[in-house]
Amino acid sequence: MGNLRGKLLPPALAIVFSMLLCGVALVISGANPLRAFGVMVTQVGKGSTLVDIINSTGIYYIAALAVAIGFQMNLFNIGVEGQYRVAAVVAAVVGGSIALPPGIHTLVIIIVGALAGAAWAAIPAILKVTRGVNEVISTIMMNGLAIGFSAYLIRRDVFGELRGNNIRTPEIPESGWMPGISFGGSGTMFGFLFVAIALGVGYWIMMNRTRFGFELRASGESSTAASAGGVNAKKMVLVSMLLSGAIAGLIGLPEMLGRDHTFSLNFTAGIGFSGIAIALLGRNHPGGIAFGALLWAFLDKSGLALDNVGVPREIVTIMQGSIVLSVVVAYEVVRRVELAAEQRRVGRELGTVGGAA
Amino acid sequence: MSSSTSVRTDDPPAVVLTGITKRFPGVVANSDVHLTVRRGEVHALCGENGAGKSTLMKILYGMQAPDEGTIEVNGEQVRFRTPSDAIKAGIGMVHQHFMLADNLTVQENVVLGAESLHGIGQKARKRIIELSGKTGLNVDPGVLVEQLGVADRQRVEILKVLYRGAKVIILDEPTAVLVPQEVNELFDTVRGMQEQGYTFLFISHKLDEVRAIADSVTVIRRGTTVGSADPKTVSSRQLAEMMVGSELPSPETRESTVTDEVVLDVKGLKLMTPDGSRPILDDVDLVVRSGEVVGIAGVEGNGQTELVETIMGMRRAGSGTITLQDKDLTKLGTLARREAGIGYIPEDRHRHGLLLTQPLWYNRILGYQTRKPTSRGIWLDTDGAKRDTERIVSEFDVRTPGIDVPAAALSGGNQQKLVVGRELSGNPVLLIASHPTRGVDVGAQALIWDEIKRARAAGLAVLLISADLDELIGLSDTIKVMLRGRLVADADPSTVTPEDLGSAMTGAGSTSAAVQETAVVEEGEN
Amino acid sequence: MITTMEEKPHVPAAPRRRKVPGWAVGLLGVAGAIVLLSVTSYQTGFLQLTSSGTTQTAVRLALPILLAGLGGLWSERAGVVNIGLEGMMIMGTWGAAWAGYQWGPWAAVVAAVVFGALGGLLHAIATVSFGVNHIVSGVAINLLGAGVTKYLSTLIFQPLSHNPRQSPPVQPFDTYSAAGLADWLGDLEQGKRLIISDVAGILRGLVTGVSPLTMLTILLVPLSYYLLWRTRFGLRLRSVGENPHAADSLGVKVYFHKYVAVIVSGGLAGLGGAALVLNPGQLSYLEGQTGGRGFIGLAAMIFGNWRPGGLLGGAALFGYADGLQLRSGGETVLALVYGVVLLLGVIVVWQLIRQRWFSAAAAIIVAVLLYLLYISLDEIPGEFVAYAPHMVTLAVLAVASQRLRMPAADGLVYRRG
Repeated sequence: MGNLRGKLLPPALAIVFSMLLCGVALVISGANPLRAFGVMVTQVGKGSTLVDIINSTGIYYIAALAVAIGFQMNLFNIGVEGQYRVAAVVAAVVGGSIALPPGIHTLVIIIVGALAGAAWAAIPAILKVTRGVNEVISTIMMNGLAIGFSAYLIRRDVFGELRGNNIRTPEIPESGWMPGISFGGSGTMFGFLFVAIALGVGYWIMMNRTRFGFELRASGESSTAASAGGVNAKKMVLVSMLLSGAIAGLIGLPEMLGRDHTFSLNFTAGIGFSGIAIALLGRNHPGGIAFGALLWAFLDKSGLALDNVGVPREIVTIMQGSIVLSVVVAYEVVRRVELAAEQRRVGRELGTVGGAA
Repeated sequence: MSSSTSVRTDDPPAVVLTGITKRFPGVVANSDVHLTVRRGEVHALCGENGAGKSTLMKILYGMQAPDEGTIEVNGEQVRFRTPSDAIKAGIGMVHQHFMLADNLTVQENVVLGAESLHGIGQKARKRIIELSGKTGLNVDPGVLVEQLGVADRQRVEILKVLYRGAKVIILDEPTAVLVPQEVNELFDTVRGMQEQGYTFLFISHKLDEVRAIADSVTVIRRGTTVGSADPKTVSSRQLAEMMVGSELPSPETRESTVTDEVVLDVKGLKLMTPDGSRPILDDVDLVVRSGEVVGIAGVEGNGQTELVETIMGMRRAGSGTITLQDKDLTKLGTLARREAGIGYIPEDRHRHGLLLTQPLWYNRILGYQTRKPTSRGIWLDTDGAKRDTERIVSEFDVRTPGIDVPAAALSGGNQQKLVVGRELSGNPVLLIASHPTRGVDVGAQALIWDEIKRARAAGLAVLLISADLDELIGLSDTIKVMLRGRLVADADPSTVTPEDLGSAMTGAGSTSAAVQETAVVEEGEN
Repeated sequence: MITTMEEKPHVPAAPRRRKVPGWAVGLLGVAGAIVLLSVTSYQTGFLQLTSSGTTQTAVRLALPILLAGLGGLWSERAGVVNIGLEGMMIMGTWGAAWAGYQWGPWAAVVAAVVFGALGGLLHAIATVSFGVNHIVSGVAINLLGAGVTKYLSTLIFQPLSHNPRQSPPVQPFDTYSAAGLADWLGDLEQGKRLIISDVAGILRGLVTGVSPLTMLTILLVPLSYYLLWRTRFGLRLRSVGENPHAADSLGVKVYFHKYVAVIVSGGLAGLGGAALVLNPGQLSYLEGQTGGRGFIGLAAMIFGNWRPGGLLGGAALFGYADGLQLRSGGETVLALVYGVVLLLGVIVVWQLIRQRWFSAAAAIIVAVLLYLLYISLDEIPGEFVAYAPHMVTLAVLAVASQRLRMPAADGLVYRRG
């Protein structure tokens, strides 16, 4: 079906193109591209890499879902980066300060995280709806403020404590942990992965089977037609930003509940931007996003091995950046080719005389 | 009344098009078109939407190249590769949809692209002021275009072509956006320029105006020339039949099905412009009963669109009430109004009626996402939507390969039939139909009229807005005339003629017993 | 850029009354700001608010913001939204450091412009020729710019500086000061007289330690104005951002003008990167040194209503906030909060005179909250101080977004025909 080709071809083209580009960059810098890629592939079987990749996939998946919800409404929630940071620190502080039975404790932490993320997204959302402030810049500013806010919260005189060389929030007691599946020497898989899968399923159901998802997609495609069809545009913007922020709030939780049990200066940043890239790669589709998340995680974790062959591991970042750019270009190119083919087909089927301009 | 003294028949004709043919993938837009425009005359080109007028003008203006045929200007054969070539030959185009940049000044808009003629400073300013006099534009060239009204913007467009030395001016549907007084001013300007030797090619489907201003008329239908006519002797109806090619379908209704039950009751509706300076809707009272079609006649831009959008809840009125049966809708949103039983056929189906990239069954849900058969509570019922879409496709004769095609793949007429079918399917008590057969082929038009008549007989109340006077007269039980945001006259469809309605619409007052004025219209009121 | 949620009825605006020319408003604003700051510094005792040292630092930090804003202006005036300024600026910092440590400051400037312009070229190809959504392309270029520079740094800088995140030191520009004038102003400044000392402090900061880059940057502002508003090329470029279809119908080469605008935009952002590298307090490439200034530059552009003069004001404002927090720390920034309360007081009175009750009420609430903040804290915590510019940006956007007019076809993905 032409439709499938239109959907799979662009990402495939983008990946191939990026590989070629990076190969060229490697050759210029004197390294052997084939050896570099080979090392990355074989790395998967070593140590805990495979489990790490799976864990990372789950995290990236959640991030991309958060971004995708905004994208469906033509909203660019660049603020996912700040939202998950604020959610993580707030959830860590709350989680470390209360004592509840296991299971409930974990659930409370998750809920707090989602609410904090939504709250951090609420400010740009309200500004957009009431004052018409462009959400791209306001969310980027909020990202900066998030770094300051989280740094403030983990100060020793606020909520933080010093452990060795690291400042962090009080450790979350075991009742608040998320159990994982251990593979012995090969690492532990986060239990949060199942939450991620559930989120993906929920996302698909919401988008395609519920009234809310319909109104969301209709608003994103044509706000005028949606408004004539009874959809409240402002309400849609608010709700989708809040939902996006709430899901973003869960991004930091897999690592926090499954491994670290605290928020510290070693916090993993940059996942928000990766989420944007993966949502673009997967075209807001839960299956495509899953594939994109897997690819990203693979590049990240396997890329660590590049140091062993003397290749700067930043080549992975270049590859990721060029995939983003080339995938949107590829989608556009494929779309134009398909449209021209479609027009020719309709013309042939209809025959000659008809109405024109 | 046109001045035939300025038409010089011994000079070579200003423009001659011979055998013009143009094909696009899947469509033949123009086929063997012939057109002769004499120097100094106003030559009208008439045809329906989709007849090929725009393509022909694009060819004359150099935006498209013809596949076959020749163009002669002042007796010499020419070939245009770009609009610049046409401009050099003295041909200027005043587009229907103005090509102006709001945030730039009049001067900047005029000199853009022609900076080498008089620079962009004082010299250009002088030249513009000189030429402004000819067009009746009385505005400082340093004014931002966004501050100008529609008629002034049109004058700037004309100024643009004069600045570049045009002698043959193409006017593409110039009166579509003007109120009657502005139309008269435009015609005066045109006649004045005619005396100075300019030639005009006037594209329109408003037959009364064509007969008022043109020296000769060429009719084009389905991409080819049908014939010419003398505006002084031909009637609008004859012209219309030339344009359509057969007996016009007549929407005349016979017996009255009007009941006493009031469905829509609008009282004192008022809507001001955003800066609060002028009323867009000025104290509108309107009643539509079950089984009644109320038609609203009026030149575009007098508030009809805003009236419909306010009733639908897409705009919030400043004051006044809207009641549907006994439900007060005034404070409710669009969705609640739809659920209360309003169906809405919007005038622009692409912007307000359809999601073009989505399949037909997905579009069925739009507006109905809270009701059966397309939804159950918070869940969508895609099977129900698909089944009902199949029903609409067969009942309303929507020509489509299937219900999974994107809406954009359908022709205008079929898209409209789909919209009509959808809006009639929620068992509405009120149907708002805004220009329901605009841009729709004759067959679809007949079907839509039938469906409206059938629903009306079953007790539906219909509010009909249309620029097609025959459609209004044929379908309506009552006709009201809207002018400057007010309902100013009632007309009796069984006795009124299009001419009567036309003069009431233009503010000239009632010229027959069939039209009763209901409000005083003052000249120059604004 | 902004998705509209309502359609405006097509009704012509009433002719506006004769209003005060832009430059007069600007001068009034500057005068008002100086008065406000001097009163604040007098009341709170924090003389650093108007000192020459603060002003010098403010100027140095305003430069990258100003250049990024100018870059954004050029691009958006042609209808292309450029979120990728940050990435282009990062590439500029790398180019400046790479050329700078080898061949001196002027080479650094040239290389920075070239590197930034390359980023601009990429953005232009994606958005103009391939019709990619402007924001998506910008985000991608930010990712790519950061990644490429990190990669190149590890490859080229690390062997020399032993730090993949930093370049070897770069030679600075010679700075110039108006010696006699500066001394006289210095005396005035020490005099601690209301307003006179403050003005003297600010002026002294403006004429001391000025580098050629500063002068070049300031000159670019009137130059941009002249090019864009007083030449044929500029008229065509702006028309492309206002109504590309109209421009096309009149024979203007739309794609060409968009390309030029976006490449210039990248070059300017790159120059902003050079300003960061050549800052006397820095003098090297440092990973992460752009710190979001590409975006703050966009905010300055919006604040300036897409005009170079207003942009200068916005950059000065953000640069001042940046300079103050860097030099003087949390206590002084808190003093600035006091100044904002005073400003809000003025606004409240003004809105009451105009009978805008809602705005006046909002201003009163904010003023009260800020005042409570002021009296309950000793200083703004360091973690927040570093983000003072971001907060100012948000505040400015919240207040001003609705009254602004961006180019009508900004963000429009334009296809010919």
